[in-house]
Amino acid sequence: MSRPDTLAWFAGHEFRLGWRDWVALMTAGRRSRARTVAVALILFAAFMHVFAYWIVARYADADLASDTATLVGITGTLVLSWSLLLSQAMESVTRAFYARSDLDLILSSPVSARKVFAVRMGRIAGAAVMIAVLLAAPFINVLAFEGGMHWFGAYAVILAMGATATAIAVALTVALFRTIGAKRTRFVAQIVAAVIGAAFVIGLQIGAIQYYGTLSRFALLESDTMVALAPGIDSIVWWPARAMLGDGLALAATISVGLLALATSIAAFSPRFADHAIAASGVSVGVTRQVRWSQRFRKLSPRRALRAKEFTLLRRDPWLLSQSLMQMLYLLPPALMLWHSFGEGSGPLVLMVPILVMASGQLSGGLAWLAISGEDAPDLVATAPVAAGEIIRAKVEAVMTCIAVVFVPFVLAIALTSMICAVVAAAGIVIAAASATQIQLWFRAQARRSQFRRRHTASRIATFAEAFSSITWAATAALAAAGSSVAVVTGLAGLGILAGTRLLRPPGR
Amino acid sequence: MHSPAPANRPIALVVRGLSKRFDRPAVDALDLTIYGGEFYALVGPNGAGKTTTLRMVAGLLRPDAGSITIAGIDALSRPVDAKQITAWLSDEPMIYDKLTPFEYLEFVAGLWRIDAAAAEVRARELIGWLGLEPHAHERCEGFSRGMRQKVALAGALVHDPKLIILDEPLTGLDAGSARLVKNVLLERVRAGGTVIMTTHILEVAERMADRIGVIASGRLIAEGTLAELHRKTGKTVISLEDTFLTLVAEPVAHPAAAE
Repeated sequence: MSRPDTLAWFAGHEFRLGWRDWVALMTAGRRSRARTVAVALILFAAFMHVFAYWIVARYADADLASDTATLVGITGTLVLSWSLLLSQAMESVTRAFYARSDLDLILSSPVSARKVFAVRMGRIAGAAVMIAVLLAAPFINVLAFEGGMHWFGAYAVILAMGATATAIAVALTVALFRTIGAKRTRFVAQIVAAVIGAAFVIGLQIGAIQYYGTLSRFALLESDTMVALAPGIDSIVWWPARAMLGDGLALAATISVGLLALATSIAAFSPRFADHAIAASGVSVGVTRQVRWSQRFRKLSPRRALRAKEFTLLRRDPWLLSQSLMQMLYLLPPALMLWHSFGEGSGPLVLMVPILVMASGQLSGGLAWLAISGEDAPDLVATAPVAAGEIIRAKVEAVMTCIAVVFVPFVLAIALTSMICAVVAAAGIVIAAASATQIQLWFRAQARRSQFRRRHTASRIATFAEAFSSITWAATAALAAAGSSVAVVTGLAGLGILAGTRLLRPPGR
Repeated sequence: MHSPAPANRPIALVVRGLSKRFDRPAVDALDLTIYGGEFYALVGPNGAGKTTTLRMVAGLLRPDAGSITIAGIDALSRPVDAKQITAWLSDEPMIYDKLTPFEYLEFVAGLWRIDAAAAEVRARELIGWLGLEPHAHERCEGFSRGMRQKVALAGALVHDPKLIILDEPLTGLDAGSARLVKNVLLERVRAGGTVIMTTHILEVAERMADRIGVIASGRLIAEGTLAELHRKTGKTVISLEDTFLTLVAEPVAHPAAAE
């Protein structure tokens, strides 16, 4: 056991907390589920390896480093992944500043806050790397098995990516703290994190739409124009890509840069950690005066009162808005495509329909959780003289109104070009939203809105059912928009998912 | 206070044979009668079943057995009608951080279908009484616990309930806030309202309550005015604390207690 107040001691403490947090996340806090979860994870890993074999096995022996086009493709994919890591790291760093949890204990103790922050930065980097490794591992393992050990270098590249992403996330967050203050940083950092996470993929899609009329993000990366504009084959820009492909020198350089960036960031910013955390703690006791257009009570029925409350709470919660913004950002390329392909017939629109339907399902799931499960005053609502069914109806209406506000403009724009596509899109959006909301109703649990991030842990069944339902309805809408009769089959599959989920719902729902 | 409950008073709450079991009996065949215009304090050791009892009366828990009648309304078969004249306030003030007290009260008035103009007058009165005026248009997210409890109390009173059910409403309040809350509750009782409250602060029960019920292991083991409770112990005790400790120390003759 290491001596207290050392980096190793803090690291051990953080690792223990992190591990228990992860186990709780996986088992939804029930230790009895640990074995089931372990078996499920092993099966999932096996499935992912089979899937990865199907996707990448054919590239294992290829001489991939020989041309610029390949390096552009790999680098593009790495930048895409890195932008997601940066987004995640930025959100973790923001949380490290603002979440009180044990900070009051640590900051009031005689230990060095610098050491605590150094370890927490390491933990953030570790978490970012871990998630990326878990996602990439099946592909790397298949490539190494089929093509040789040099593919294992990809793990080191991921490590370097996680380290640089954390270093830059810390620098960006601290820069925000110093320029716009503690109060605004929480909101702005979350928005920036959401935008960074989506920006690169959306940028590629927008480029592809503008120049090639397609939503495929790879169209731009694989284009002759991009290859022609790319630096020479010996440029250091390609080092991470070369490292992925097993170039020893490039691998060493990439890892060194990553670890150096993280070490520099820790050394530069950890001494001010306590100051920032204390500044952040003052935010929660700040006063927000609310100016309303009317200072009179409005005539509200219970349903209208409940709907108005949901809209107000959503509008005033920047964190929830930023969480939803991520999904809204992905609607930008379809919007651009709609504008770009206006007057060119219904062909390009068919691509948009499933994206809208999928977004509708995902957004509805989140909003339905907030309205139904994330009720901060459950006793007040439950003791009100309103029938339970009326309360549920009001909350569902609030969700559907939000969905209508977001998606009606898209449907109307589609209708200007193709009425059939518009009808299919509208039906798909409504069905996906209704399905996600119904699943949330079946699996509702009492929670606070601040637990939104962890809503998926309450019920794995609900999480997977919501995702599969959205995917199935998106596929159904795409097939229907394309005039394929297979839509009937996927539609029945969607109903089957709902029926299966209904069977698995908790008793009494 | 401590006026005996006259027989000709209207009955505000009748509970008969109320039972609720979790992994063990939490409330066991409880009988309770509370009169209109009465301040009733329910005291008992931790885990005695006080909160479970009140949550069932407020409609937050479904009893396994028994009946609950609020002002002549069967609360189990007509819950909406019963809730219309009832208010619930717990020890943990549950309000919306992103709403202001003014907006919170508007929301509550909407839920209880109160006329907007009348509710606004009442809300402004309550905001004034509870000293919330300077904060009426600030979001509740920065409020102290005491202020949050005051907002929740205003929400419980804005619809002018006949029966107010409070579970440890003074927990965590400073002396000034506690005094204010107590005064508002006594004012409600003087105006004809009925209050039933659990508390661990025996001094509060002693000073405020007309009658006190002592609950242990899910059963009402003693009930009456302070003087009646003193007499029940058969000792020359001088405080409710002594009486309470004597009463709960005696074995309760029922299976749940034997567990």
